[in-house]
Amino acid sequence: MFESKSGILAIGGVGFFVFAYIVMGALPWTIYKDQPEKSILEVASEGIPHEFVDLAERFPAQFKEHFGEVSYESFAAALELGRDIYVGEACWHCHSQFIRPVSREDIRWGPIAHAREYNNELQRPVLFGTRRVGPDLSREAGRRSNDWHIAHFYEPTNVVAASVMPAYPWFFDEADVPNKRGMAIIAYVQWLGSWLDEYPYYEEAPKAPKLDDDASSTEVADHGHDREQEEI
Amino acid sequence: MTTAASPPLMPARDTSGAHALVDHKLVTSYFVASFVYYIIALLAGGLYSMQFLQHYPFPGAELFSPGRIRMLHTNGMAYGFIANAFLGGLHWAVPRLTLRPVLSAKLSWFIFIAWQGIVLGTVGGLLTGQAQAVEWGETPVWIDPVAVLGLTLVGANFLASVFRMRSSMYVSVWYFIAALPWTLLTYTMGNFFVEYWIGGTASGAIIGLFIHDLVGLFVTPIGWGLMYYFVPIILKKPIWSHGLSLVGFWGLAFFYPLNGIHHFLYTPIPMFLQHGAIVATIAVEFVVTTVIINFFMTLRGSGDALRRNLPIRWFYVGMVFYFTTCLQCAFQVTLTFQKIIHFSDWVVGHAHLVMFGVFGFWIMGMFTYLFPRLVGATRWYSDKLNAWHFWLSAIGMLIMFFDLVIAGLVQGFLWKDLAIWEESLRASMPFWMIRSWSGLGIIVAQFLFGWNMYKTATDRSLRAA
Repeated sequence: MFESKSGILAIGGVGFFVFAYIVMGALPWTIYKDQPEKSILEVASEGIPHEFVDLAERFPAQFKEHFGEVSYESFAAALELGRDIYVGEACWHCHSQFIRPVSREDIRWGPIAHAREYNNELQRPVLFGTRRVGPDLSREAGRRSNDWHIAHFYEPTNVVAASVMPAYPWFFDEADVPNKRGMAIIAYVQWLGSWLDEYPYYEEAPKAPKLDDDASSTEVADHGHDREQEEI
Repeated sequence: MTTAASPPLMPARDTSGAHALVDHKLVTSYFVASFVYYIIALLAGGLYSMQFLQHYPFPGAELFSPGRIRMLHTNGMAYGFIANAFLGGLHWAVPRLTLRPVLSAKLSWFIFIAWQGIVLGTVGGLLTGQAQAVEWGETPVWIDPVAVLGLTLVGANFLASVFRMRSSMYVSVWYFIAALPWTLLTYTMGNFFVEYWIGGTASGAIIGLFIHDLVGLFVTPIGWGLMYYFVPIILKKPIWSHGLSLVGFWGLAFFYPLNGIHHFLYTPIPMFLQHGAIVATIAVEFVVTTVIINFFMTLRGSGDALRRNLPIRWFYVGMVFYFTTCLQCAFQVTLTFQKIIHFSDWVVGHAHLVMFGVFGFWIMGMFTYLFPRLVGATRWYSDKLNAWHFWLSAIGMLIMFFDLVIAGLVQGFLWKDLAIWEESLRASMPFWMIRSWSGLGIIVAQFLFGWNMYKTATDRSLRAA
């Protein structure tokens, strides 16, 4: 059987694969079946972040042309396009969207990722990410202003000198006026994490620890994160 | 530097009509297509690495945006370089192993042309921003049905030879029998399930399976199948242990598909599944060890071949890298290592050692062995260029691997120590610089090989009388 053609085909080629799929693929799916997938409109209806309204107020003519009025529908449209750009430009290859319970990530970014954060159409397929060249983005909403994002997408090194992020001039009509794609990606990024009440603002903290001072743990405690950290 | 001076090649021995079963033109076409995509994907990788040095040659050019170029690099390697090389290798090995032709010669050529269309479509789709959010499966969604159809035809084409054969099967054939449905199932699962049916955290589990199975159930079994075929032929002796090769095959078949979730440890995917994937991954390392033992015991008494036979050297150095990368994996998959190295360049170093250091090396060995035979030359145009090809590739690979692994540790500890993000970029810069230079060495090596291939194919003085 283990050296016959049909044995290898049926047991090895198909059987073990199906077994592994059931254990490692279908099982997690059944576990999360009680969290039905929300449509993009449902997600958008949970609340429109201030930053989306801000885009409409600052670029009224362009916003009207691209998305119409500020509404759940127009926000959903912006999120969907923003997500497609996030995928198409491979943002997800350098930015993650999940906070791990280790490596002090909850201090840097905020609450540890929870399955319910991903049960929506914008996370099909899920955008956990694979590499962090840039920071995690799942707690990015409201962390920085639209102005910051506009300047940063246009030329990242103007804002963050050491940045290795590419420039995206094709997100813009003019240097400081984002086009439809620019508005959509900003709306998407400003949405990531907006479902949470709060999270820390670690990197802008007044005494962010420098590489050369060896007191990072005490400084962290200064910012009120005195809960016990898992030591590595 | 040792030049592996190859004696004049005998034309492929025609012992049992196998010669007539192999379409040399088809194999050559696959190899040439593979090599062309290889060069393109390598250049894409080199280009992408320059973004990390803040010196990207085409800033602000949408079609050459570094993010898109990155996907061109990985997909070009998987579907352009490796898939084409393996299809060529299968067209050489399967008819010889089974003594039966493939299902249809016309179908074979149709698949060849269709596959190039799929790869070119993928390239176009990625460069115009139509990627799908599945790592290694960024092929735009509209190509996926065509690719599945293509893989079905590939399976039918080769399985026809296998199921018509009369004699008992050699190890290589087991791997091919299993790899053909595995590839089809993996591609279908990774590209359709998570796009249309399964979203959220559960889709992470499926994507993990896809990433891993693409390497483990498509590239690895065909790679090992070809090793089991070429190594004994070149060394002119049988594989050391038939029983051990059974262990290797069934161990891979059982444990490998269970590994996928280890790509997303510490995510909201249930922890008991993460633990399961970790245990299965460590089990793979033991399986791999049996295979490595089998091949090195086969080499015993013929060690000199490493010095004088270049294909054997490519194969066995690839195997050493394979063992290294699997051993590394057995450690990095543990939750302890994951705390630090996940998301870092450590993983990038690991991926390069697997895809280039192992499978790239095996394919280069296969090209080195077969190419002159395929074009009817008596020997390579230049053994010296071939030696340069090997040494530059090997040294470049080693530097890149250690550079990225150390960079990953630096990054991981800086993140854990809550250094501000820019510090991790500044600290990475020297490593990224070394990575680019080592990559340049690798690219130059392949250009030397390309030149050697061109001269070998066109130089009339090398033709058999």
